[in-house]
Amino acid sequence: MATIQSIANENEPHPDVALVERVKSGDISAYDELVRKYDRQIFRIAQHITQNREDAEDVMQDAFLKAYEKLDQFQGNSKFYTWLVRIAVNESLMRLRKRRTGKMVSIDEDIETEEGTVPRDLADWAPDPEQNYTQAELAEILRKTIQGLPPGFRVVFVLRDVDGLSTEETAESLGLSVPAVKSRLLRARLQLRERLARYFKRKKVPREKGVKSDVH
Amino acid sequence: MTCTEFLAMLDDMIDNTVSREMRADLQEHLNGCEHCEVTLNTTRKTIEIYRSHEIYEMPTNLRDRLHKAIMERCKKGC
Ligand SMILES: [Zn+2]
Repeated sequence: MATIQSIANENEPHPDVALVERVKSGDISAYDELVRKYDRQIFRIAQHITQNREDAEDVMQDAFLKAYEKLDQFQGNSKFYTWLVRIAVNESLMRLRKRRTGKMVSIDEDIETEEGTVPRDLADWAPDPEQNYTQAELAEILRKTIQGLPPGFRVVFVLRDVDGLSTEETAESLGLSVPAVKSRLLRARLQLRERLARYFKRKKVPREKGVKSDVH
Repeated sequence: MTCTEFLAMLDDMIDNTVSREMRADLQEHLNGCEHCEVTLNTTRKTIEIYRSHEIYEMPTNLRDRLHKAIMERCKKGC
């Protein structure tokens, strides 16, 4: 069953292919559709790389404009979104380099770090730990936590786990090898887990207050 | 199976890409190892939290600005 399903999906063209064809034949409203479909994701990726709202806004705009101009170079052997992400990643890195003049910024250099290779904080988390915080507090915790990761780890995590790209698509859009994506993803996941544990682990409640359902 | 071996399979386990036999081995390790159970569950939770919370809301006027910029570019020839 699974095999038949995947073959059927491969033969069916991705809905973006038709939209791209319409844009190529001069129908600009089709491009608006593509923008609406992906602008939030592109903005998010740009934010994660540049860590700067103004830069992220510029990157989103430039990436979509550049993709529009270069659309005839889009061959259709990869997904439109993967191709678009690659443009956005490059634009983001360019912004970053401009801001940190002279300093090399790259997402393909591997970071040698012991952190995240072995889990250290092994305390269990509270059930639904995010409910101990307001939406604003939680967003701040999540931002602060992911910002502490190297840019190359952040962007792999966001593409794979937040955007839901496959390992191969992530590798393609970042110009990385599949093993490089895999090794970064594992370390990114473990580092985030380790850092979030500080906020989410089960608090030790004084005995007299009662620990009802927590006791096994 | 050791904890290190389990950890090496963590992503495959989370992404559901392990064979049935391997899954049984992993499950067996989990049953006897609280540390790995916590690591697996909290890593899953980490992903779920990031997936379900937008931490960078896109400014609402940005889409309009982009639309104008594209139309502008288009006038110059498209
Ligand atoms: Zn273990």
